[in-house]
Amino acid sequence: MKMTYADILLDLINKDDRYMIMTSENRAAFRNLPPLIKNNFIDTGITEQTMIGMAAGLALRGRTPIVHALATFLTMRAFEFIRSDVGIANLPVKIVGAVPGFLSDGNGPTHQALEDVSIMRGIPPMNVFCPADEEDMLKGLKSVFTHPAPFYIRYNPTEALVEHSKFEIGKAEVFGEGTDVAILVYGFLFGEAFKAKEILESKAISVRLINIRTPKPVDEETILKAVDECKLIVTVEDHFITGGLYTILAEVLLRNRKTANVLPFALMNKWFKPALLNDVLQYERFAGELMAKRILETIAHG
Amino acid sequence: MKKQKLLELGQTSLRVREHIIRLSGNGGCFIGASLSCADLIVYLYKEFLNVSKENLKDPKRDYFFLSKGHDVPALYGTYVELGWLEEERLKNHLKTNDFIYWHPNRNIPGIEFHSGSLGHNLSVAMGVAMDCKLRKQKNKIVVVVGDGELNEGSMWEALLVASAYKLDNLLIVVDRNQFQANIQTEDLIPLKPLAKKFETFGCKAKKVNGHNFEKMDEIFKKFPFEKGKVSVVIAETVRGKGLPSIEKRADRWFVNFKEEEIEQLLKELHGAKKTKLTSETIVVR
Repeated sequence: MKMTYADILLDLINKDDRYMIMTSENRAAFRNLPPLIKNNFIDTGITEQTMIGMAAGLALRGRTPIVHALATFLTMRAFEFIRSDVGIANLPVKIVGAVPGFLSDGNGPTHQALEDVSIMRGIPPMNVFCPADEEDMLKGLKSVFTHPAPFYIRYNPTEALVEHSKFEIGKAEVFGEGTDVAILVYGFLFGEAFKAKEILESKAISVRLINIRTPKPVDEETILKAVDECKLIVTVEDHFITGGLYTILAEVLLRNRKTANVLPFALMNKWFKPALLNDVLQYERFAGELMAKRILETIAHG
Repeated sequence: MKKQKLLELGQTSLRVREHIIRLSGNGGCFIGASLSCADLIVYLYKEFLNVSKENLKDPKRDYFFLSKGHDVPALYGTYVELGWLEEERLKNHLKTNDFIYWHPNRNIPGIEFHSGSLGHNLSVAMGVAMDCKLRKQKNKIVVVVGDGELNEGSMWEALLVASAYKLDNLLIVVDRNQFQANIQTEDLIPLKPLAKKFETFGCKAKKVNGHNFEKMDEIFKKFPFEKGKVSVVIAETVRGKGLPSIEKRADRWFVNFKEEEIEQLLKELHGAKKTKLTSETIVVR
């Protein structure tokens, strides 16, 4: 049977009592788990700040708390608790944000986590994992949960289109060796980027698709190789243009005294139109075929 | 409580106050709040908490959190008197060669967690309390909070959760000195009736004079106040206690005194007349 997120948590706890599963009343990812892990499960109610403070206290006692809530409320309502209690003390707290980016589909702007990667990576010891889909997430979780540093995880249960390779923190996953276009992407939009890759290749454009996996620590080597070898760099993220992948690329380029032709796909200083996910992708022009079209236009116009 | 013990506690807190006064020059400190909770902190460390220099890493020790971190001079002074911190190091206050500054940090042995931003350490202490309960350990978890700090919503949110999880190994001590930074609490965001508020949130609250060791001993020895409930002690204190020239004064929140004022204040502490203070006070820190 297929492994699930809850299976990974259960397995982790069965092997090591140190892990604590916490939630501010958001059990979507592990509905059936709580009765099986009674002494390792705490639901604090709708209290993101208290949950993070308690997670820090549990970590002081040698535990590794894995905390859950919607990505916006977790990273923004409780931001100062994450920064000051988890960040300053550099505690191994794993922060799992649900329905990040476009995955909040019809909820509206209050629920749209579009700056979470930016603000989490800004906390000095914090690392960030944005899995491409469920399979990518499940492949990465063990390394992320057992790592001694604090981690922010953009929870992503979408079905995988491809089989992913072995996961390593700080290593991107590369599909293809194309040199016309390199598409850099993290998180849920990997699937759309993959569709765009196939369309572009059908039009004889050679593409290399880079699944960033961990925006922090970022795989600088793979990005620089793409910059050296590819004519156009495309960044794709369901995140505001500020502070996410486009900014990370700019930082990498500047640090290495390089420049590139860059086409960013991101939310340009606006929230997205709330609707069902596929309609959002069409309306905001992030669907694979629409991204491919814009990439082709960019190539055509030089 | 025996006479000898009372005398000792009084002498210890007098020395802690001397340390606090000395920390109020060369950059200064939050003197008023430090003096209001000095007796409380001395009492807790000397009489209540099972914590010593030797067992600081023992998971079975009691835990102390200072949630309103700006009164850390009282903690530094107490640690000097306990022999955990060399007195010489207090001269490093606000110097880059040490870790002794306006808020607590874990580089000082004895400090369990940093604070400074109000409304944090209650939930951190709850995490520790929860773990002790899960491991069936008997540690006491004590967190000292300010009355002004009770403006923070995170305090009341945390209380709801602490009561839901019946954390009766947790003791909250309110340093009820009636002031928040520059204004009397009741003139800005009134807290009365405070004990009732805590009880409505599911805690068991008791009041005590936070400068009377005998009374404190009677109350604290009753911990836990009720099975299944968080215990709360509302310690009624005086901001600036021990120095009539700054007691209960809203403008003596953060101070940076001159050498001669400090000399005079030390004498005032031992019964000399009120000090004529000329230093401007820095209202916002």
